Amino acid sequence: MSETLSKKKVGSLQAQRRFNIAWRLVVALLAILFSLFPVVLIFSTSINPVSQVTVTQLIPENATLNNFRRMLGDPQFPFARWVWNSIKVSGLTSLFVVGLTSLAAFSFSRFRFRLRQPLLRTILLVQVFPNILAVTALFLILLNIGRIYPGFGLNSHFGLILVYLGGAMGFNTWLMKGFFDTIPRELDEAAYIDGASSWYTFTRVIFPLVRPILAVIFILTFIGTYADYLLARVILTDKNMYTVAVGLSLFIGEQYSQRWNLFAAGALMAALPTLILFYLIQNQLQSGLTVGAVKG
Amino acid sequence: MAALSMGRKSGFGEMLGGGPLTSIVLRLVFIAAFDAFAIFTGWQLLRGAVAPLAIVLWLVALAITVVFLRRDAMPLRWIMPGLAFMVMMHIYPVLFTIYTAFTNYGDGHLIEKTTAIRQIESQVYLPADAKTYTWLPYEAPDGSYALWLTGEDGSQYFETSTGEAYTRQELEEQGVTFDSEGKPVAVGDYTPIPANRRFAVLPALQPLTFGNVELGVKITSPTRAGQVRQKYVYDPQQDAMIDQETGVVYANVQGTFTSPDGQTLIPGFPVIIGADNFQRLLTSPALRGPLVTIFTWTVVFAGMTVLTTFVLGLLLALALNDPNLPLRRTIRVLMIVPYALPAFISVLIWRGMFNPVIGVIGSQWDPGWFSSPIFAKVGILIVNLWLGYPYMFLITTGALQSIPADLYEAAKVDGASGFQQFWRITLPLLLVAVGPLLVGSFAFNFNNFTIIQLYNNGGPPIPGTPTPAGYTDILISYTYKLAFGGGRGADLGLAAAISIVIFVIVGAITIANFRYTGMLEEVSESV
Repeated sequence: MSETLSKKKVGSLQAQRRFNIAWRLVVALLAILFSLFPVVLIFSTSINPVSQVTVTQLIPENATLNNFRRMLGDPQFPFARWVWNSIKVSGLTSLFVVGLTSLAAFSFSRFRFRLRQPLLRTILLVQVFPNILAVTALFLILLNIGRIYPGFGLNSHFGLILVYLGGAMGFNTWLMKGFFDTIPRELDEAAYIDGASSWYTFTRVIFPLVRPILAVIFILTFIGTYADYLLARVILTDKNMYTVAVGLSLFIGEQYSQRWNLFAAGALMAALPTLILFYLIQNQLQSGLTVGAVKG
Repeated sequence: MAALSMGRKSGFGEMLGGGPLTSIVLRLVFIAAFDAFAIFTGWQLLRGAVAPLAIVLWLVALAITVVFLRRDAMPLRWIMPGLAFMVMMHIYPVLFTIYTAFTNYGDGHLIEKTTAIRQIESQVYLPADAKTYTWLPYEAPDGSYALWLTGEDGSQYFETSTGEAYTRQELEEQGVTFDSEGKPVAVGDYTPIPANRRFAVLPALQPLTFGNVELGVKITSPTRAGQVRQKYVYDPQQDAMIDQETGVVYANVQGTFTSPDGQTLIPGFPVIIGADNFQRLLTSPALRGPLVTIFTWTVVFAGMTVLTTFVLGLLLALALNDPNLPLRRTIRVLMIVPYALPAFISVLIWRGMFNPVIGVIGSQWDPGWFSSPIFAKVGILIVNLWLGYPYMFLITTGALQSIPADLYEAAKVDGASGFQQFWRITLPLLLVAVGPLLVGSFAFNFNNFTIIQLYNNGGPPIPGTPTPAGYTDILISYTYKLAFGGGRGADLGLAAAISIVIFVIVGAITIANFRYTGMLEEVSESV
């Protein structure tokens, strides 16, 4: 008697657990549908020969890769050029950011000096005033620099990189300093005793140990720079100089409804670089590294 | 040899920042090169009348020089490169923006005072008693023009648009030959323009002044030219422009030379006008109306975005935070796709989906996703929910997992229901952990230009505003329109004033956030 009762109990517990999992899976499915619906749609549009949205079929009739081919080949859209511009600007910016911030973070982490505290605070407080609000001033600065060095003025990629580097320090320095602090000082002290200079200690002892955080900061900066719209739009004026964010929005936007399928093909290709990088650092993103990387 | 490598002990080496000889030499070469670059660039900037930028550059160069030459400043050497960029491209522009907010910088007030005076002084007029000439045009291969002038008294001159002037006698002395009509066959590179092209070049000749500036000659009709005089002369004593023709005094009124009866001279120049821009924001009814609308929407937009994304992210995190759930990793990877897409792409995709003609949503149901003030806002919030909830899901999942399980055990022992557990344990602890991130998200969205601009350029437009403004404009996109909008002219001073308002709001929020998280105190503790 008592045996059957406990069996029943176990059975109902199992049913309850199964139900528990089931509704959670349903919720997950709905969430995934919400997340992926626009992406699936854009994929479907990108292989559609006609500029329209078909909701009835995932793979449209007469599916074609022509849109991709046109985006890459049609001289009317220097699309490949835009993507390359974006990769160039974001790559160089990220490289410099990692260099500048790792130097600063090493000093803040390893040396004790009079200006340390005020500087750390200043760097943080400067971030409070986003430089996009000073976009007019930045425009004028580049205008004046361009009169002397045209390669660094308005409508130049190096000018844009200069602007991005103004915001390099900030949270990145803090993030990196925090990581540097976790590396035991005994390591560099041992190097100093062996007669190494600070530079040697930095490049040969510390640098190899902090590579993961450098990679994360590189990728976060890359993603952030790649997605920048405001500064790139103000500074770059020539169609061939556009980054992909400016190019896709301005150029495709003009006759949006006619070029919807072309845009879709471009959007998929433009999303690829950051999509790959994003999934490379997915796990770090969840573990609290997100403070400086707010989005949405 | 030993002495060389022991440079750090010599007083001289110490004076140059210390270290081994090679590093001293490298350092000196670097400083010399950088200072040379800074001096040259600053000097060029000064010549272009951009003194503040030149001064900032020189200050940075001075700081770098000091830091690299003083041994006790060694730790700063590592920080200096990043700091230099920060000062030049972040702090200086921000300070410049603050300064601009107190000026009338903008269309009509763009160039420096000295340049504006020079431009006004270059204007000329033709006095009633002017000496007049008949003229024949000449041109040179480089595109410059010249005139062969014959006065009423028979005197003849050759005057070029590049400022040269010769009498007939001077030309004869130079060996120039004259044709049967008595005009020079050629002067230097200048050759006569045939009579049939005379009217074609007239438009090009009209704006030019020939000969020297003060006593230049301008074309007054297709056949005649007259000697002009400088129209305006700047009087530094009165800080005013004097019209030489009429004697009217144009006084400097807020960066525009203005006559007593209200006539103004173009161009003006920027001057400090105090708090006028801020006063206009607060008191001008035409500005205040849209500004209140825009400000309210900015707060609602940022607040609702944080609320909706957080609630959806939290609900999903609660639902999916079950260790027995299969495929957890796959679910997460697929769900956070919106977070991984660059925002400029996502917003454009949604714009297509809402499009009333071709869009999957808009063609089925269009309450005015772009034309109705309400539904354009709703559309933006939906797009931002989609963009932002994966981020909230990630951070709340992380925070949920860090809440100690024994708290729930204890609550169960005390007989708390699941609902009570959520309100009394989960939510408070969660908010402590992710609260600062929520504030960060609010501050970020306060300036989320990309979504507003790409969704509908801030539209639909608010009717009857003196400056372009839309119902979905937030402060930053409104600022952008004021500064770069074109059409109705750039008002950089006003744009900067609004930037200051944003600075103050976002700054206060962020600093409060730092205080709360102890991020600022962290520094003092770890020293």
